[in-house]
Amino acid sequence: MLDLHGYGWLLFDGLQLTIAVGLCAMVVAVLLGLLGSWGKLTHNRWANLAANIYTTVVRGVPELILLLLVYFGTPTLIQSIATRMGYDIRVDINPFIAGTITIGFIYGAFATEVLRGAFQSIHKGQVEAARAIGMPRLKVFHRILLPQALRFALPGLGNVWMVLIKATALISIIQLDELMRKTKIASNATHEPFTFYLLASFIYLGITLVSMMAQKRAEVWANKGVTR
Amino acid sequence: MDFSVVWEYLPMLLQGAWVTLWITVVSLAIGLAVAIPLALARLAKNPLISSPAYVFVLYFRGTPLLVQIFLIYYGSGQFRLELTDLGLWGFFRDPWFCGVLALVLNTAAYSAEIFRGAISAVPRNDIEAGRACGMSGLLLFRRITMPKAFRIGLPAYGNEVIFLLQATSLVSTITILDLTGISRQLISKTFAVYEFYLTAAAMYLVMTYALVYLFRVWEKRMSGHLQERVANEPR
Repeated sequence: MLDLHGYGWLLFDGLQLTIAVGLCAMVVAVLLGLLGSWGKLTHNRWANLAANIYTTVVRGVPELILLLLVYFGTPTLIQSIATRMGYDIRVDINPFIAGTITIGFIYGAFATEVLRGAFQSIHKGQVEAARAIGMPRLKVFHRILLPQALRFALPGLGNVWMVLIKATALISIIQLDELMRKTKIASNATHEPFTFYLLASFIYLGITLVSMMAQKRAEVWANKGVTR
Repeated sequence: MDFSVVWEYLPMLLQGAWVTLWITVVSLAIGLAVAIPLALARLAKNPLISSPAYVFVLYFRGTPLLVQIFLIYYGSGQFRLELTDLGLWGFFRDPWFCGVLALVLNTAAYSAEIFRGAISAVPRNDIEAGRACGMSGLLLFRRITMPKAFRIGLPAYGNEVIFLLQATSLVSTITILDLTGISRQLISKTFAVYEFYLTAAAMYLVMTYALVYLFRVWEKRMSGHLQERVANEPR
């Protein structure tokens, strides 16, 4: 019924890379989100300022511009600084790393807001109680705050993941051989762009549907100790 | 860093920003016109009406916008002969048509979901009160349901507008010279990479927060009577 002219495996390779970039970027995003939400909630004024600038700027600029800025802008910037200092170097960024870091950096701002809300919804008395029994701050964080915050943050982080995995399609623009770029190669070779882009869109849709189901199960699991 | 080159090409960048705003407004206007019937179709009791709307929304929310743009712009080439016979090839050959079409379908799907939520969040009492006054059907919808749903959905719709503004940068991949497209073109001419991207980023930032501000003002105007009242000064 559907003749892929033997390019099906190419798309499968791309899918693996898409998922790899997506997962790595998600880890970066959650770590940055933890750092950012700490920055927003702490009493240090400079940390507040840095966290607010981070979320304000990242959410106000398109992903594509940020991606191009990191991938093409950073090497040129480093090179021109080096030239001014009398060195002649050539910097190339690995597209996988550039893509992972940029996407992680962008969605870290969204994760920051999600986690900030989650930490805020934990009652202050719990932290005070834990401190009163003598737990050090770090132990309070990983025993009391983190497990509860992750439960509150699960729906929000699930949304961040679903937007993030779709945003990985942009990385094809910086020549990383993920699903989108493999699709382009296949459609150029076969002159059947509609077939291949439609197939790619169904693959992304599949990722979304699987993620939705996983999210639902994760929420049930996380809330099993909560009575309604 | 040398921003004098940016200064030299500033008129072109501003023109690109104008294109970005234009695409955003046109896509929003058409998208809104598609979204409202779509939201009503989603809420319809008849599954023959609601399930196609559900599939449409699921597809356009579940796949990347870049794929949708490429599917329409490059994908239509596969049906060139058929489209020429129908007299539609002229449209699909045009990157503007394809770009705006993809943005319209995408924003329609997201907005429909927002309005569906808003319409079902309209309090039952309001609708019952409307019925008690003798309104029904279209009149009830126009006078009671829609204004109320619009107020409920406005904050979420504001977010969608901002997402769309930023999403328009993707049409630069199909040769449209919006703010992103013109920056990329100027960079290939001048090699001032980060200067142009930083300027473009700043311009997007200004447009985004101008929109955020406008929506906040509008929200206040629409539902100022629902805001918590500031306590009166003690006499």
